[in-house]
Amino acid sequence: MLLIRCPYCEEERPELEFRNAGEAHIARSANMAGESDDDFEKFFFIRSNPKGIIYERWRHMHGCARFFNAVRDTVTDKFVMTYKAGEPKPTKLPKNSNEVVAK
Amino acid sequence: MSGAFRIPGAGRFSQAKTARFSFDGQSYAGIEGDTLASALLANGVHLVGRSFKYHRPRGILSAGAEEPNALVEIRRDAARKTPNVRATVQELYDGLDAQSQNRWPSLSFDLGAVSDIASPLLSAGFYYKTFMWPKAAWKTLYEPKIRAAAGLGVSPDQPDPDHYSSRYAHCDVLVLGGGAAGIAAALAAAETGVRVILADEQAEFGGSLRFESGAKIDGQDGFAWAQAAVAKLAAMDNVRVLSRTTAFGYYAQNFIGLVERVSEHLRTPGHDLARERLWQVRAKRVVLASGAIERHMVFADNDRPGIMLAGAARTYLNHYGVAVGRNVGVYTANDSAYAAAIDLKKAGVNVAAIVDLRDNPTGPVIDEARALGIEINFGRAVIRAGGKLRVSSMTVQPKNGGGERTIAVDAILMSAGWTPSVHLFSQSRGKVAFNDETKRFVPGTYAQDCVSVGACNGTDGLSATVDEAYAAGVRAAKDAGAKAAKSSKPKVDASESWSRGMLGAAPGAGPDTTVKAFVDFQNDVTAKDIRQAVHEGMRSIEHVKRFTTNGMATDQGKTSNMHGLAIAAEVLGKPIPEVGLTTFRAPYTPVTFGAIVSHARGPLFDPTRRTAIHPWAEAQGAVFEDVGQWKRAWYFPKAGEDMHAAVDRECVAVRKTAGLFDASTLGKIEVVGPDAAKFMELLYTNPWEKLEPGRCRYGIMLREDGFIYDDGVVGRLAPDRFHVTTTTGGAPRVMNHMEDYLQTEFPHLNVWLTSITEQWAVIAVQGPKSRDIIAPLLEGIDMSDEALPHMSVREGKICGVPTRLFRMSFTGERGFEVNVPADYGQAVWEALWAEGQKHGAAAYGTEAMHVLRAEKGYIIVGQDTDGTVTPNDAGLDWAVGKKKPDFVGIRGLTRPDLVAKGRKQLVGLKTRDPKVVLEEGAQIVEDPKQAIPMKMIGHVTSSYWSENCGRSIALALVAGGRDRMGETLYVPMPNGVIEVEVTGMVFFDETGGRLNG
Ligand SMILES: [Zn+2]
Repeated sequence: MLLIRCPYCEEERPELEFRNAGEAHIARSANMAGESDDDFEKFFFIRSNPKGIIYERWRHMHGCARFFNAVRDTVTDKFVMTYKAGEPKPTKLPKNSNEVVAK
Repeated sequence: MSGAFRIPGAGRFSQAKTARFSFDGQSYAGIEGDTLASALLANGVHLVGRSFKYHRPRGILSAGAEEPNALVEIRRDAARKTPNVRATVQELYDGLDAQSQNRWPSLSFDLGAVSDIASPLLSAGFYYKTFMWPKAAWKTLYEPKIRAAAGLGVSPDQPDPDHYSSRYAHCDVLVLGGGAAGIAAALAAAETGVRVILADEQAEFGGSLRFESGAKIDGQDGFAWAQAAVAKLAAMDNVRVLSRTTAFGYYAQNFIGLVERVSEHLRTPGHDLARERLWQVRAKRVVLASGAIERHMVFADNDRPGIMLAGAARTYLNHYGVAVGRNVGVYTANDSAYAAAIDLKKAGVNVAAIVDLRDNPTGPVIDEARALGIEINFGRAVIRAGGKLRVSSMTVQPKNGGGERTIAVDAILMSAGWTPSVHLFSQSRGKVAFNDETKRFVPGTYAQDCVSVGACNGTDGLSATVDEAYAAGVRAAKDAGAKAAKSSKPKVDASESWSRGMLGAAPGAGPDTTVKAFVDFQNDVTAKDIRQAVHEGMRSIEHVKRFTTNGMATDQGKTSNMHGLAIAAEVLGKPIPEVGLTTFRAPYTPVTFGAIVSHARGPLFDPTRRTAIHPWAEAQGAVFEDVGQWKRAWYFPKAGEDMHAAVDRECVAVRKTAGLFDASTLGKIEVVGPDAAKFMELLYTNPWEKLEPGRCRYGIMLREDGFIYDDGVVGRLAPDRFHVTTTTGGAPRVMNHMEDYLQTEFPHLNVWLTSITEQWAVIAVQGPKSRDIIAPLLEGIDMSDEALPHMSVREGKICGVPTRLFRMSFTGERGFEVNVPADYGQAVWEALWAEGQKHGAAAYGTEAMHVLRAEKGYIIVGQDTDGTVTPNDAGLDWAVGKKKPDFVGIRGLTRPDLVAKGRKQLVGLKTRDPKVVLEEGAQIVEDPKQAIPMKMIGHVTSSYWSENCGRSIALALVAGGRDRMGETLYVPMPNGVIEVEVTGMVFFDETGGRLNG
């Protein structure tokens, strides 16, 4: 079971308290009704599904109930960082704490 | 005397009490402290089971968790029959009743053993080859016969009467394995004051100190030191010591699963004791001290009872005081077996000969064995074992060929070397590295905050092990935040040390032979099978494993994996690391479902939600149905009524006089704030800004793709307050959907969302007399049609408690929904019920509710819609605000496919024969005579007998349905084709006059 840091509670809590809520940074258009078919397809259907770093939305369902964003590595499952909803997509990631460390 | 093979003065239980037990109905005496295996051996019993595939007689191979052969059934009573218990792990208690498995009619005479003779049929890959054809043989032969013959224990046929418990724990340093290494690491960490948990799978701590007679630590015998050290640890406030506790899984971020066997060793556990306890531990640092497992020698008939691991024989002698034979042979490629021979010889057991595959090894144990007068043969191999139910001889030959010599023995102790137990390390996603010199995989690259010490790290010798482990314990404590450490490192005074050994098949089991030289005892995999797998094209060790099933039994190949790998590598002509090691997966040893499930069974498996009015319904004899986690009153049968009679009566009563219905499970959300109306505009298709306070509206919620997500009546209590209702099953996801948009897409809106489902009990009073029933109990609300028209809401009091009174109808009758605080739900219900009795009202359940709404063509989201239905498809286009600039789903609704012609639309269906009730889910076709597969143009979503209409009614999704009014369609069923007419969705009171009736 993973530990996930809720950026609102400022605490690491067990995965059980959280729910994944899909890919992050897919903004809903302010002019939704005027979107082209292609743009709507990109907005609603197309997801990145990368091997490696993914930006996701999570919700601290059984805690503060807030939605927030997370950077996760799909290879190791581990979280690189989490940040509040509405904050910009981080351009510089902290050194991946999940890198395999030689001892 | 508890067994003829118990050596006086040997072992650690000389003062112990006798424990009587039975095996296959025969009664024996053992002593408390024995395992079932040691007690059987003390009585000279080696034959304990039959093998999985060939039904070969099998004995006890090991003295621990790696045991592949000695699996038995332990019976406590009719419901407590546990199969596949390792006799080497099961502790003896007085009265223990064990049975051998996989034999018929008896252990010594097993008819199934013919498969040993017919074994060419069952060689490597037999699952894939033999079972391919003919197809019919699956039913008649393969399934019933082979499955019955090949197998291990039998599952109990009664529910498990025991209970299991579960604990979460956090610690700074978790030490897994309680041998010398684990104890030293735990001591080092504990002395710094950090929180330490030390766990070991055995009943007693000590690990290999149980048998290493040459170990001395801090001036004491090694095992005695271990007991004293663990007692010291157990007395410390910051330490938890868990014996009989197996770490079975290493999960993400140092999350470890352990199972503690709480009462398996007790004669009468008592009801207050759990059988097992699951520990889920989160540790800052983990120290792996899981030791090493001895490998057997791979030679012909190496599975005969009486042939066992040398370290096991030594454990039985030094710990349990049991000699595994009177005239033993030793076959080894490694020093450690000499120590076993020496200990047995000193205890008075004859050692017939040591056969050592190595050419001219030297060392103190070899000198000592020679000095004791034991015959030693270097450069020789045991090429076969004699005997069937018990080994009787070993045949020895120079390893490069030459004259054979057969030596009579009653046991053979073997050792091919020791395999570091890297299972947990591997589970932690660490990468192992192959040490070419010592021919073993050891921890290489770490993936988590853990460290391996001692034998599992490839560290040889007690002295080096304790040094390494103690330092690791100090380091782990420091990494976990410890300040300073007092140093009291244990001092190793005398130590045993060995390494190396050999991997793969020994001479005599080499290429070009068909002898049965077992690699994997539990799955009956021989050296020949592995060679054959490579010859048949398997290259990856993962393929070899699956083709031969090597290492795939419940022991997960603890003794066999390295041999199998080495044989495959040899045939492939590749170095071992290039062939690779199969992945170790949890659990390390089998874990019961009981331990995993713990308390979450029966009524605690899933929460049951009951409404405030539930006790009343129960007292009335209601039949309940499950709706999500809710128990809902389905119908209220009177004496002699079946479901149909009850539902018909309830439906008629509602339309004739009135009915009371518990609608409390309806999801309810309060949307409050200055921007509440704006928020509602965005979340629902309908317009809300202009809805007057005190009025209600039927709202539809879409997903962005334009499909119906939920629906419900919404009342506006004030300009900034909406009382939203959702479907019973939809409440949590609607709340999540609203929160999602509010928090992430529309955070600028000043709105609060509160789930109020459980705060309000809801009593629907529906029917012509509904107003007369409510009015006498109401204060402060005018119920006239002018003051309280259909689709309006008022706040006031009923029976003296606050109410939100909705005038709304899900039946088509004049109707009200009385919301009261849940605590008053039953009292208000009873008051309304008493009033209702004056008018002949009935209580109705969910089934009547479904029928009544279908008579009016009101849809149920999730029944008449399925996530691909738009408001237009459902005939609800009127509820979509055409002038709204935005709402969730607005763009989805204009997608080409959603506005295309020929979409499935919701319509009514009337069967040609009014008595025939369609089946929900039944498919609809245009032409019943067309060839199969027919073109299906829709399906029935709702279908009922309507007593009020005097006929059956149905709703259906039909392609282009609204253009087919009056058309005849067909519903093909197994018993014939049903003719139906497409109609509108309203079957009763089409003008809607009864809403004010
Ligand atoms: Zn939180």
